[in-house]
Amino acid sequence: MSKTHLELPSSLIEIEIDGSVVTAPKGSTILEACRGAGAEQPTLCYLENLTPVNTCRVCVVEVVGSRALVPACSRPIEPNMEISTDSERVRHSRRMVFDLLESSVDLSLVDDSTRSWMERYRIDSPSDDDSTEPSGERVDRVKSYHVSHPVLPATVAQPVKIEDDLYIRDYAKCILCYKCVEACGPDAQNTFAIAVGGRGFESRITTEFDVVLPDSACVYCGNCIGVCPTGALMFKSEFDLRAAGRWDESSQTVTTTVCSYCGVGCNLELTVQDNEIVKVTSPLDHDVTSGHLCIKGRFGYQHVQNR
Amino acid sequence: MTTDRATATERESVDVVLGSPDSGWSGGARASSDFHIARGGFHQAQQNRNMLLPALLALQSSAGWISPGGLNYVSERLGVPPAEAYGVASFYALLSTELRPPRALYVCDDIACAQIGAEQLISDVESFVLGDPEAIVIRSPCLGQCDKAPAVFLQTAGGEDAAVAPADLSIVRQAVIGNFPSTVHPSDTFGNGPSFLLHRVGEIDPTSIAAYRATGGYKALPVALEAGPESVVAEIKASRIRGRGGAAFPMGFKWEAVAGADDPERYVVCNADESEPGTFKDRVLLEGDPFSIIEAMTIAGFAVSASKGFVYIRGEYPLAISRIEAAVAQAEESGLLGDNVYGSDFSFRIQVRSGAGAYICGEETALFNSIEGFRGEPRNKPPFPTQSGLFGKPTAINNVETLANVSQIVLQGGEKFTSIGTAESTGTKLFCLSGAVEKPGVYEVEFGMTLGELLEIAGGAKGEIAAILLGGAAGSFIGLDAVDLPLTFEDTQAAGLSLGSGVIMPFLVGVDFEAVVQRIASFFRDESCGQCVPCRVGTVRQEEALHRIASGRNPDTLNEEFVLLDDLDRVMRDASICGLGQTAGTAVQSAIGLGLIGGSS
Ligand SMILES: Cc1cc2nc3c(=O)[nH]c(=O)nc-3n(C[C@H](O)[C@H](O)[C@H](O)COP(=O)(O)O)c2cc1C
Ligand code: SF4
Ligand code: SF4
Ligand code: SF4
Ligand code: FES
Ligand code: FES
Repeated sequence: MSKTHLELPSSLIEIEIDGSVVTAPKGSTILEACRGAGAEQPTLCYLENLTPVNTCRVCVVEVVGSRALVPACSRPIEPNMEISTDSERVRHSRRMVFDLLESSVDLSLVDDSTRSWMERYRIDSPSDDDSTEPSGERVDRVKSYHVSHPVLPATVAQPVKIEDDLYIRDYAKCILCYKCVEACGPDAQNTFAIAVGGRGFESRITTEFDVVLPDSACVYCGNCIGVCPTGALMFKSEFDLRAAGRWDESSQTVTTTVCSYCGVGCNLELTVQDNEIVKVTSPLDHDVTSGHLCIKGRFGYQHVQNR
Repeated sequence: MTTDRATATERESVDVVLGSPDSGWSGGARASSDFHIARGGFHQAQQNRNMLLPALLALQSSAGWISPGGLNYVSERLGVPPAEAYGVASFYALLSTELRPPRALYVCDDIACAQIGAEQLISDVESFVLGDPEAIVIRSPCLGQCDKAPAVFLQTAGGEDAAVAPADLSIVRQAVIGNFPSTVHPSDTFGNGPSFLLHRVGEIDPTSIAAYRATGGYKALPVALEAGPESVVAEIKASRIRGRGGAAFPMGFKWEAVAGADDPERYVVCNADESEPGTFKDRVLLEGDPFSIIEAMTIAGFAVSASKGFVYIRGEYPLAISRIEAAVAQAEESGLLGDNVYGSDFSFRIQVRSGAGAYICGEETALFNSIEGFRGEPRNKPPFPTQSGLFGKPTAINNVETLANVSQIVLQGGEKFTSIGTAESTGTKLFCLSGAVEKPGVYEVEFGMTLGELLEIAGGAKGEIAAILLGGAAGSFIGLDAVDLPLTFEDTQAAGLSLGSGVIMPFLVGVDFEAVVQRIASFFRDESCGQCVPCRVGTVRQEEALHRIASGRNPDTLNEEFVLLDDLDRVMRDASICGLGQTAGTAVQSAIGLGLIGGSS
């Protein structure tokens, strides 16, 4: 969380990460301790401003004494914990998790950091360079699907849901990280318009009986869009530009401003392309918003463009 | 929220569970004061949420599905957002969020029934209901009636649920019109020595507290009350009894941890979700000796200073549910449950909750979420249930069979209990024998008997055994060379196996193991809660690979498939949240190890 902690710094405890002894504040998670020690870990379902749900499992690490691997993003550290973030088991699991996701979900729009983690663990990395590529030791690795085979692997491919002019839901890109549900629910918006429905591979993010968003409880705060890591939830403006092949990040600028609708003081980041606002976000670490906005700040920018 | 309204029948069925609405704010008629005073709010919604699943089950049972209007009414009554209520409803196999015929016939096609005519029964039943708009046939995972295979579970809108086993077309026909077989076939129970767990089953009237008391029942409770909580916990510890639900965790440590917790609010939970394919021992206890479970829970409540207990029984066990409900009611009437149990100052109440078709809800933390009115998704551990369990409070959760030992430990003392069984596996154990054995049923034997000896008591196999499934779908196939394996926690563990829930299911030579293993794989795919990637996608990929092996027979790719299956097993075991994913590849790997699949037949 970005909230200022009023207590004195809590006591430090010692743990071992990949062979080096480091100290970290009591109560931190393994992920926080790793980051403090400069050892970044991949994450997908974790976000600073949401309660960890630890469902994606890309952040798993090996902890001595624990039979299964543990999720770094949510497990609190304990004194003298011995953690490996790069053991063969860790690399194997991370590679497989990415592989399982890639084979079932459209990951084309994940951020650069996730992409580079995928590269690092990727299955078909050149084996001549295995001194630097810790992508798993087996020579006979296979992908979790065999495209040449008549039985095609199941995927979550489905049509995009376009139900209004504000944002679209493309669940073919959904990795079920639960972030949107948390942002819509108790972690930010408390609207509870969407939930996880179904079970197993049939699980999906849904409104009640899958009614269209305008018929649901949705108030169009767009906080779900703000936390989605895969581009499954997207401003309609961005979606249309992408569909037309005109989305061009290199020509975009981001302007930070303060929302003028009310006195709360939310910071807005306006992404502008060709002199048009194409998307509005707020910084995750902003004291007032923690990244969350309301419909006015998020979508009420048309008047700016009335020329 | 959609604008659909509940029908009068739907509202009535929900009101039976929730009571009548007290204002317009909770779904009732609007009184003029409702326009001035807001009622409800967050805290009330939080308190009511645990009634969500009972209310949804009531809707399902009255209307035959969870209609949008019905869901809206439940949402209003409980203050649960409709999207969340839908998320919960759509999680469970016995709740239908789509309109469907009022009679649903769930026919088991799982591994035990499949050996004993399930496919024939399914096609018979399908052609029987063909063209009948009132009925639908649904394939079901194990219904916990494997010794009386094949099994059928009937869900009728506006009627009672019922399990029918063994089922054939004529019985199903009669059952569909409400005529249940006049002679129910309880499971057969067997043993080879003193029986501590099954001695009343089939011998006494399970609906009579007098019969229970006449056979030694409710003797342990006063002893426990007299001895005090600490000494009850001490006796349980001294008995060294380990959990019979699969994880084999010492019961005494659990109770001690809960008894010593800082939080004064604690719970006792009896895990009666029994859904591991091949398992039916808990049902036999619940149906045949329900008071023993109630007495044990009361003692547990006293030992850990809890004032509330829950029994969570799988929805496919309607007889067990009604027997336990009746037992709770009679115990209350007799002053053995409720305020001032047995005249002491200890008060304890038990609520009976029905599951709704989800194997995963047997996982302890998923079970808590299910009772609390959330999706049955396991929580990350730690924290463990003894620290943060039901409603976030310290909770002693135990399997039915584990609890069934409590009275005897209290009566004879923990030390005496250790004289039965082996050093690390004390007491007797119930085993569920089904499949190709001569005398299927529940067997109570002393820990330490070998697999071969037990099979012999069960009359041996019906032919030449090719492999035996030990521990259930989450367990392993073992070959005949394992007949000398002593059936104890320590010996199975040393052999890289697990007793699991006590399943022993032999398969004969000639059985299509590829089909058996595929059924196990599809069980895990269906029953995965879907929360974590390794299990949600891994179980699908595992099933696909097995299909390819079964259909492809391409020797060039067979090795690739095995490598893939091994990778999947590893990631599911290493990186899944809960035991379901962690064991989803175990049986498959053991079958490959024994050469049961992938051959060139
Ligand atoms: C997928 C899964 C299903 C389970 N199902 C059951 C069950 O139906 N009944 C049960 O007693 N334990 C079940 N367990 C084990 C419970 O999590 C828990 O260990 C047990 O209830 C503890 O009771 P015990 O110590 O008396 O064995 C299951 C575990 C997993 C991972
Ligand atoms: S826009 Fe806001 S209210 Fe609507 S689903 Fe997203 S988070 Fe919920
Ligand atoms: S829509 Fe996006 S935020 Fe929501 S679960 Fe899917 S990937 Fe996560
Ligand atoms: S392992 Fe499977 S059942 Fe368990 S939490 Fe993960 S997805 Fe759910
Ligand atoms: S980031 Fe830790 S489990 Fe997803
Ligand atoms: S009841 Fe059919 S397999 Fe158990």
